[in-house]
Amino acid sequence: MNLQEEEARKNRARLKIFFGAAPGVGKTYAMLLETQKLMLEGAEVVAGVVETHGRAETNALTCGLEYLPKKTLPYRGIFLEEFDLEAALKRKPKLILMDELAHTNVQGSLHAKRWQDVWDLLDASIDVFTTVNVQHLETLRDVVAQITGIAVKETIPDTILQRADEIELVDIPVEELQERLSEGKVYVPEQARHAIDRFFRKGNLLALRELALRRTAELVDADMRRYMSSQGITHTWAAGARLLVCVGPGPDSANLVRATKRMAESMGAPWIAAYVETIRHWRYSEKERAQLEENLRLAERLGGETVVLQGDLSLTDDLVALAHARNVTRIIVGKTRRPRWMDFFCGSIIGDLVRKSGDIQIHIISSEETKEPSEGDTKTKTPIAVPQRSFRYSWTHFIWSASVVLIATGIAGLLDRRLGFQMADTAMIYVLAILIVAAQMGLWPSVLASLMSILAFDFFFVPPLHAFAVNDFRHLGTFAVMFAVGIVIGNLTERLRAQMKLARTREHRTLALLKLSGDLVRSAGSAPLIESAVCNVATQFQAKVAIFLPDEHGRLKSTTPEAGAIFKQDELAVAQWAFDHHEAAGLSTDTLPGAKALHLPLTGSKSVLGVMAILPEGVPRWAEPDQRFLLEAFANQTALAVERVSLAEQRIQAQRQADREQLRNALLSSVSHDLRTPLSGITGATSALLGDSEDLSKDAKRDLLETIHENGLQLQRLVTNLLDITKLESGSLTVKKDWIPMEEVVGSALNRLETFLQGREVRVELPSGLPLVPMDPVLMEQVLVNLLENAHKYSPLTQPVEIKGWATEHLFTLCIADKGPGIPEGEEERIFEKLVRLERGERKPGAGLGLAICKGIVQAHGGWIQASNRPTGGAQFLVGIPLEGRAPSIPTEDVDG
Amino acid sequence: MDERGPLLLIVDDEPQLCRYLRTILSNQKYRVMDAGSAREGESLAASHKPDLILLDLGLPDMDGMCLTKKLREWYRGPIIVISARGQESDKIQALDFGANDYLTKPFGTGELLARIRVALRQNRSENSDGSEPFFAWANVHVNLAAREVQLDGVVVHLTPNEFNLLSILVRHAGKVLTHRQLLHEVWGGQPGAQPHYLRVYMAQLRHKLEKDPARPRHLLTELGVGYRLKVD
Repeated sequence: MNLQEEEARKNRARLKIFFGAAPGVGKTYAMLLETQKLMLEGAEVVAGVVETHGRAETNALTCGLEYLPKKTLPYRGIFLEEFDLEAALKRKPKLILMDELAHTNVQGSLHAKRWQDVWDLLDASIDVFTTVNVQHLETLRDVVAQITGIAVKETIPDTILQRADEIELVDIPVEELQERLSEGKVYVPEQARHAIDRFFRKGNLLALRELALRRTAELVDADMRRYMSSQGITHTWAAGARLLVCVGPGPDSANLVRATKRMAESMGAPWIAAYVETIRHWRYSEKERAQLEENLRLAERLGGETVVLQGDLSLTDDLVALAHARNVTRIIVGKTRRPRWMDFFCGSIIGDLVRKSGDIQIHIISSEETKEPSEGDTKTKTPIAVPQRSFRYSWTHFIWSASVVLIATGIAGLLDRRLGFQMADTAMIYVLAILIVAAQMGLWPSVLASLMSILAFDFFFVPPLHAFAVNDFRHLGTFAVMFAVGIVIGNLTERLRAQMKLARTREHRTLALLKLSGDLVRSAGSAPLIESAVCNVATQFQAKVAIFLPDEHGRLKSTTPEAGAIFKQDELAVAQWAFDHHEAAGLSTDTLPGAKALHLPLTGSKSVLGVMAILPEGVPRWAEPDQRFLLEAFANQTALAVERVSLAEQRIQAQRQADREQLRNALLSSVSHDLRTPLSGITGATSALLGDSEDLSKDAKRDLLETIHENGLQLQRLVTNLLDITKLESGSLTVKKDWIPMEEVVGSALNRLETFLQGREVRVELPSGLPLVPMDPVLMEQVLVNLLENAHKYSPLTQPVEIKGWATEHLFTLCIADKGPGIPEGEEERIFEKLVRLERGERKPGAGLGLAICKGIVQAHGGWIQASNRPTGGAQFLVGIPLEGRAPSIPTEDVDG
Repeated sequence: MDERGPLLLIVDDEPQLCRYLRTILSNQKYRVMDAGSAREGESLAASHKPDLILLDLGLPDMDGMCLTKKLREWYRGPIIVISARGQESDKIQALDFGANDYLTKPFGTGELLARIRVALRQNRSENSDGSEPFFAWANVHVNLAAREVQLDGVVVHLTPNEFNLLSILVRHAGKVLTHRQLLHEVWGGQPGAQPHYLRVYMAQLRHKLEKDPARPRHLLTELGVGYRLKVD
């Protein structure tokens, strides 16, 4: 463990568990005693749940303790009180007491189990004191059941014990405990009196006490090791120990998983539970598949990693390959329950494994089947209807099978009579018949065919004829061969068929994933992406699917209106929980199993991006592990795709932001320069005039006044440009088109620039007969003004500026040309960008906005603007404006009127 | 009319502009009052009956256009509207509501004084009710009674619409006339009369009467608003 982890460990909320061997040892008492001590020191303690069972000594310790109000939940017509998690999180005390960690919450609570509440409290940085007995530990469940004969229904995952910062073993000698029980000091519900008596037998109590002591010792040991490693002391275990347990569909596999968990924990090693999906998978019954899924889920709950291998022919090869790939140091398998002869024929898996495993240790553990309590597990499982996948024989198969044998008998009889067939030849005909049946129809029809063939062969062809008897015992050999052929070929066919089915399923799965990933890759933008993900999952699992993404406050929102209609507020709350806790919730999970839909968090590479909600139509299709894995694969792919898109969007956003920022900075620096220059001119000149105006000559005064005037005009132009560019940028520019003669706009622009142009010659060539142009006169005048200012600024005063206009059927072109130095090569485009001022001789005032404004306005008219150099020297700007629509006509009038 | 010169009322909420206007106008022997709000302007106009009102369109308490409309209910003197660029529609509305002229900020002092002079003169001539039949500027002579126009002493032939347009401009020389007003005056109730009629006839007039129609000196365009005949 590194320093960071150590630091995190120090800062997180503290969990203290008062751990006991059996009820009545005084855990609650010990907890309250400790609490009283802390309260004396001024700690803020709230009792979430404290079960004193009305005992005076215990009750006395609760004095001064603040109780958190419980909430009342309706349950089968009555009201039950339950711990109110939300209220606790809202109250947020420093420390909360949560008695009976293994308690199962009343239906309708947020979590199914109290330990999940405790988990949430710890996450909210609330310290927790809690109590639990050893028999409630998930990994000891089978051991306890073996000792006491009672299967405990309420279990807690061992991870919560590992999470505990402190474990206090509350221990009293067994005799004392029995004494307390007989004195009635141990709370026992009336209906459980009988069971409890059996439970409290001395032998049981001794065993439980030992278990508790040992468990505590192990945990202390783990602490010790953690301490050692944190202090840089080399640990005693080989580095990187990793366990692999093989899980099958039997209930004994659950015990195997628990045993592995215990072993892994004592070693401080991670572990993997693997199931190899071979062709045998299709022969399992529905119950077996459900058990298999439960076994894998158990492994997940116990903190193991689950892997489903797509096995090929050899189970052991796959296991060993996985073990090597994951650096597994030990493989744990259950003791085989197969008879020896089967090993002889089919090979022993364990033997095989031992041979192939090389340096990996193999642990073979007895996994005796413990009797499951009839009420079932701690969880009520929804009945799972798996579509029947194993091959079903219909009676037609057997009829066909019989017919084939009959035909064979006919043929054999015919040949026997006509051609004088030998008995061996006849046998071959029957073998052929068996082969045909076995190859076509599988095992059981082939068995039937074999049996019928043997009987028919015996009856018709083997002496004594027409009797089911055998004279020569060698014939029995022939019968055996015939039967064996039937069985072997039938089995082979069966296997082939199963393999085909498996291949088909895998192909289907691969195709489904492929289609999803293809669809996801193809969809650009988050909306189509979500749509294709939803569509894919919905068709694959026959369910209504929605994807919820968080808003900026982390509250989930449905992405489509349909989703909002299907998934109401309470389902959204489940989704929110799944999102906040990065865990699946809702249907067929441990959290809020009462929800209608399954909510899977979409976990990306860095964070949870959203939640996928799947509301099955009918029974859920993901009951089988392979389907569940497929569903999770779908969710993962979707998550990655959503992440990819959102990252891309973020990048574009960031780019845009940066661009804007850069532009703003450039604008600011440019504008501040261009604003300050004329302003300083004005203030300087005015202060001179205000100061000693008596001393100034008339000419000097006039000069100063002209300076002020010019600077004022310059400021005015700048401000106008700034306003225009702001309007263009913000998109608030509206073009009010009208049919206008270009001459009018040119005239207006020239009038506006009268003083600015300082008497420069402007040659206007607008031939009569030019059409009216659809344009916004005010905006187009601005274009002309900017272009003329530009031409004026960048060309010698003695040279004329030219304005020319011409029109084709669909385009009006205006040309403004000067005789200046022209535009540098390759800058013809860049010149229209904002804040670009080309180095053309001396630096001219202006923020470099004029041409950008021109471009913006012309484009708003649907036109274009180009800059180029004239062949005769100087620059020219061409403005093209489309002549869209029909030019309006003018009624002719009587000239002499 | 007072011996001490015409009384002008400035309605503007910008003290800087008020101060500037007050300085230059007082210098021109005008008497000046100013109001910082529409309400104050209205009451001052009612109590002092100024000869001319300079009205800023962007007032804090009331739209300048609304104030124009309200003033026009009883006030007969000229109103000159002051506005910023880009408020073409506001200008048109103010003119249609009865304002005589408008100035776009920032404006030159000479321009302002010329507009004030024209407005006061027009008001006087309208009040005297005897419109002159002869009118002249530069090298152009217009005889409204004889419907004759001469350029450099040579008769220029105008179509009826051209002449009607010109005569309206002449009668309101110096004043901005909006497209709507001109269309109404020239084409009357004629349905389908469009603003581009005006533009075409104005272009024709310029070609006939201006030396350089691309840089008109007298038949001026007020872009997006209307036209004006500039005489001095």
